[in-house]
Amino acid sequence: MHDLIPTPALGVATQTIGTITIAENAGVALASVAARNGQTDICADVLKSILGAVPDVGKAVLHDPEAGFWMAAGQWMIGAPMDTHEDLADLLKAKLGDAASVTEQSGGWVVFDVTGAAMPDLCEILCNVPIRKMAAGDVQRTVIHQLGCFVIRRAADDHIRILGPRASAGSLLHALITAATAVA
Amino acid sequence: MIIDHPLLGPRDSAEFTYMGDARLIERPSPDSPDAAAAFYDYAYLRDNPAGWHRELWFHEAGDRSWLVVTRNTVTHEISKVEFASDVARAKGRSK
Repeated sequence: MHDLIPTPALGVATQTIGTITIAENAGVALASVAARNGQTDICADVLKSILGAVPDVGKAVLHDPEAGFWMAAGQWMIGAPMDTHEDLADLLKAKLGDAASVTEQSGGWVVFDVTGAAMPDLCEILCNVPIRKMAAGDVQRTVIHQLGCFVIRRAADDHIRILGPRASAGSLLHALITAATAVA
Repeated sequence: MIIDHPLLGPRDSAEFTYMGDARLIERPSPDSPDAAAAFYDYAYLRDNPAGWHRELWFHEAGDRSWLVVTRNTVTHEISKVEFASDVARAKGRSK
């Protein structure tokens, strides 16, 4: 058996432009959980046992190793380190059973970590989220350069995590670099 | 125009897509004797009111929910925003 390494969406090096650092994060395994009809409460109980709390509307639960955020009524995205949880969807399915439909999402998204003092300025150029009002753990789905993305305000004040469509990872990175250059 | 989403709060209408008259929820029964006439009406005939209008909006860049928005087509004032699923269930649809 070959010793294969999973490839990231882009594999680009971390870039620092002015005060802003843009890093592709290939270390996040993702899976979505969608409660089946009438099973939302059962899903919430299972998620609570995994995450410690159920992500509320527009919120993330930043928990280790699994974290999660609310996507829509009865729908959540769960993330965990790729190194230890590459089979995250299978792990969740085993716990949720028929209460939810679980879909592997690692192959669908590219994850960028954007940090730096000018991050709010960059965010204001890029998308329609009230970044200066957001607290740690706030999540909003939005549009960045016509791409549907999730913007997650992480624990550090100057850190956002952006989940965007993996097939358009290059376009999203271009948008981030352009905005970072503009505010640098 | 700002749409006050029932869960997410006020959001810019650019995040939403207009999906037509909210009467589209009331799909006629294909089994009724006047089904042909009812479907002609359902598919082709629309009121075009200057004033209050109930519309379907899809929160494409948000939680992907379908909403019934009561909007004044003259002033763009929005008086009510409901989940389309709640509206349909109130009409006895979908258990």
